[in-house]
Amino acid sequence: MKVILGFMPLLDCASLVVAAERGFAAEEDLELALVRETSWANIRDRVVIGHFDAAHMLGPMTVASTLGIGHVRVPVIAPFALGLGGNAITVSLRLWEQMTQEGATVGATPGVHATALERVVLRRSEPLTFAMVYPFSCHNYELRYWLAAGRVDPDKDVRLVVIPPPFLVDALRAGQIDGFCVGEPWNSVAVQAGVGTIVVPTTAIWPSSPEKVLGCRLEWAQRHPKQLAALMRALYRASRWCDQPENHAELAKLLAQPRYVGAPADLLQQALGSRLTLTTNTPAVQLEDFFTPSRHNATFPWVSHALWFYEQMLRWKQIELAPNQVAAVRATYRPDLYRAALASINEDIPADDTKIERFFDGGAFDPRSFETQR
Amino acid sequence: MSDPALRILLVDQNVTRASILEEGLREAGYTHVSVVRDMQNLLRRIVDADPDVIFIDLENPNRDVLEQMFQVSRCVQRPIAMFVDHSDTDMIRAAVESGVGAYVVDGLRKERVKSILDMAVSRFNAFSQLRDELERAKQELEDRKIIERAKGILMKERGMTEESAYNLLRKAAMNENRRVAEVAQSLVTATRLLK
Repeated sequence: MKVILGFMPLLDCASLVVAAERGFAAEEDLELALVRETSWANIRDRVVIGHFDAAHMLGPMTVASTLGIGHVRVPVIAPFALGLGGNAITVSLRLWEQMTQEGATVGATPGVHATALERVVLRRSEPLTFAMVYPFSCHNYELRYWLAAGRVDPDKDVRLVVIPPPFLVDALRAGQIDGFCVGEPWNSVAVQAGVGTIVVPTTAIWPSSPEKVLGCRLEWAQRHPKQLAALMRALYRASRWCDQPENHAELAKLLAQPRYVGAPADLLQQALGSRLTLTTNTPAVQLEDFFTPSRHNATFPWVSHALWFYEQMLRWKQIELAPNQVAAVRATYRPDLYRAALASINEDIPADDTKIERFFDGGAFDPRSFETQR
Repeated sequence: MSDPALRILLVDQNVTRASILEEGLREAGYTHVSVVRDMQNLLRRIVDADPDVIFIDLENPNRDVLEQMFQVSRCVQRPIAMFVDHSDTDMIRAAVESGVGAYVVDGLRKERVKSILDMAVSRFNAFSQLRDELERAKQELEDRKIIERAKGILMKERGMTEESAYNLLRKAAMNENRRVAEVAQSLVTATRLLK
């Protein structure tokens, strides 16, 4: 059966590409048609109206579609995650210079950098401008979490704008923005171009933080349960393949093609191996689990992720509290479908649907107490 | 049933397509139409135009920029949403299939939007058709050029007439289930490699 999948040119489309190119889909009698898109809004629209059977989606987008914020309300589900981590916050060389005068050093903790940024913000009269890629994205929430932890109000003390990933480096160079939060390879591209310094890999803010998911309409999943399960098996095997260091060179070369990510293979390979060059003219540093396509249950759709996104939507006033939202959010992430599809090939599936999510500043998100408060 | 008072903003980097839509809207009696091609200061332009309806082409990655602006309602005077209510997936489908994204000010009645959206969809479709035709014409021209070169090779190397050279290419194409231009291309490439 043919399955049409939309994707955006980012490192974590890897499992989709490998499932299509390395025979994992064919083993499941699936023919994957991958369609490269130019905006997240297009991905959402084409999933909603049925142009795409499923897509590489931002985790929070699936929750936003289900709740009907920013667009029409169409139940979308996330039965499978496309890896963990892979994002970072990069600042312009000018802002980096100012931050170093306030105690920032290359590779310091997110706490040190948040404090340095707070001091810079306090001294300035003009607000700094930070960019991310979409209002309903982990990038937006991770950036906001980090800023707020440094007592910088993301809605008052700085300007937050959206800029599509391929334009970020130019915007940083031109001084239109002072920093951004984006997935790889775009942070490394900015460092290589000599216009930015990576201050925080977002896995330092939130270890094992979620990112993209496989999203599809609930209606499609109900109509094609076998195909969806087959697709999840193909993607799971592909994710295992992507996780193997011996495959990274080949994977980087594959993703570097213009029809997929279209970025330099060496930068992609570095990020696949959780290595980042934080600032120009320094050697790459090895980070712990910066990008994990499969290991540590990276493909499991934790309901606590969906609930945390929802908490952020409330925290940053993207949505007003209304009855029945928690149930709708819970129903968006589908660990039940994951277990049913993968029980025979994945021996390490978590028994719980949620876990306590922990952050760099000692903060924790306990989904149980969150739900009882609602 | 046009509503000339509606303010319409087009965000499109393709000059031809933007003019096709702009012209259609003006012909239909919409007098307040502005076009943004330059993505710098997009927000400023939106605030100045204070539109009731915004159209953006779907090839434009800046669509995500727009959506963020609508999210942060204090950037624009009036909240803007995609479509009027949650039952409008047919309108969205028609728009997306023609390659345009449409946003309207929240609370605008469906009847006021319908005719203007229909106009945008038909003009975007007309543009795609034009572009397809242009591409086909270009392709045909390319095909003809390469076939001419292949015929020339056969005439020179094998002393064939133009007609029999063409017939040979056509026969080879039929046998291999390929296009004549593809066979011609192979011959031209092979000849270059053998030289």
